[in-house]
Amino acid sequence: MKEKLKYERPIITKINAGVTDKFGMRPKMPAIKEIDGVPVDTIIEKYGSPTFVISEKTIRDTLKEAKRAFTTRYPKVKFAWSYKTNYLNAVCKIFHDEGSWAEVVSGFEYDKALANGVPGNQIIFNGPDKSKEDLIKAAENGSYIHIDHFDELYDIISISETTTKRPKVAIRVNMDTGIYPQWDRFGFNYENGEAWNALNRIMMSDKLELTGLHTHIGTYMMTPEPYAVAASKLAELAVRLERKFNHKIKYIDMGGGFASKNTLKGAYLPGKDTFPGFDKYAEAVSNALINSELDPNEMPVLFLETGRALIDDAGYITGSVLANKRLANGRRSMIIDTGVNMLFTSFWYEHEIYPAKDVSSHAEDTTIYGPLCMNIDVIRSAVKFPLLQKGDKYVIKRTGAYNMTQWMQFITLRPKIILIDTQGNTHVIRENETNESLTSHEKVPEHLNKPKK
Amino acid sequence: MTIRKNIAVSESGFVFDPDNGDSYTLNETGKLIIDMLAEGKTEKEIKNYFTEHYDVDEGTLENNFNDFIIMLKNFNLTENE
Ligand SMILES: Cc1ncc(COP(=O)(O)O)c(C=O)c1O
Repeated sequence: MKEKLKYERPIITKINAGVTDKFGMRPKMPAIKEIDGVPVDTIIEKYGSPTFVISEKTIRDTLKEAKRAFTTRYPKVKFAWSYKTNYLNAVCKIFHDEGSWAEVVSGFEYDKALANGVPGNQIIFNGPDKSKEDLIKAAENGSYIHIDHFDELYDIISISETTTKRPKVAIRVNMDTGIYPQWDRFGFNYENGEAWNALNRIMMSDKLELTGLHTHIGTYMMTPEPYAVAASKLAELAVRLERKFNHKIKYIDMGGGFASKNTLKGAYLPGKDTFPGFDKYAEAVSNALINSELDPNEMPVLFLETGRALIDDAGYITGSVLANKRLANGRRSMIIDTGVNMLFTSFWYEHEIYPAKDVSSHAEDTTIYGPLCMNIDVIRSAVKFPLLQKGDKYVIKRTGAYNMTQWMQFITLRPKIILIDTQGNTHVIRENETNESLTSHEKVPEHLNKPKK
Repeated sequence: MTIRKNIAVSESGFVFDPDNGDSYTLNETGKLIIDMLAEGKTEKEIKNYFTEHYDVDEGTLENNFNDFIIMLKNFNLTENE
């Protein structure tokens, strides 16, 4: 019998020349040669590769833009800087300098805010983990304590017996805003009456001062509508308090959660095209509050704890290509000196990465890996990228949120973070780690310290 | 199922669509299917040829063949019928 031919499944592959522009040319990937006027080459020469870079100008401009969107629509607006998003002291101080209060979620962050010169009565204390000591300190300092659960409420009632000041409290409310998944693990639920129950308990205790209502409905919310739903529900609670207790709350705190311009993994359109803009969020929230039954003569202050949308754009990573190689399947891979341990957000964003010098229009399907000896260390799994050589420099955009707080030391030492001020001067705002700085936390038991024979 | 008349297929399996300037590459089996379709062979004839000459079972071929045809339609390379 004649031997049969070896079979391979039939395939047809489009030769992807990339999207062509009107001249029939593939658009070249633009280069980012400088950040706020400082050449990328200079940054790396002076501070090493990689270096995290923060633009003071971008922080200030973004916050001004957000403030404009809200203050033009609502009479009383206040931003509180979400420490966990980026709690480098220099960054916090820029926000405080622009008038932002501090929003903290732990004793550590609380003390950091105090040390940054924030007065106690301009700190909002959120989160499920506040120790008794934290609560006492916050009460004595006149900070705004946002209660997360009944156990905490009982703790506060009990410490209020002994504190010299009447603790100022609010509750965090979770609710159905039409989004999925619903964040129901923090705070008291609106729909099942738990929030109303908690408010009643607070009002019954003459030792607590109920100052506000808080919610944080989720993060990277791409549409403004859920904010309108949430604001209406908080307004409704405020109106009920006024009717039943003749008590006016001072503020409604809408939390954070606005999307940034980063692109979520699997998203069809780039984040810079899907970010609705601060105006849309502001419109949703202020309409809901203004159209509610709240007394128009004494509207509560609107607090915002916006995190990522205020800082993502201000952060960059500058670094160098370590190597190029070809994977077994023919795909090109490029290894750079930024790993997922430094760029934590690469787990959910397709971070934009650009060459730091002009390139030709030739680009190849590329996987970009970090330098760690770990399979998960993938910065971009598939991107059309120009042919950079070993030693060429790159810039990763929009790295300002959550990376400089959630990064971890692993395999290599973490690099310097620099700030470019509004005059274009550069400042180190966090030193790179050294073997000494890391091992200074370690201890070796006596019996392992004997000199080698 | 017919391939559009103005589609050019080279000996090496390079496909060019003059309507939009898109081009494609075929592997050997893909090229064979396109050639046979161009000769006016029916799907049944093509499948029979494959099971006769290639080391493949009917189920696998059926799946792969359908998948391939979907791709051709997806790339608008077939005549609308
Ligand atoms: C209570 C609270 N407020 C504000 C924020 C900041 O959120 P975002 O960065 O999504 O604006 C968070 C983040 O998780 C939060 O938990």
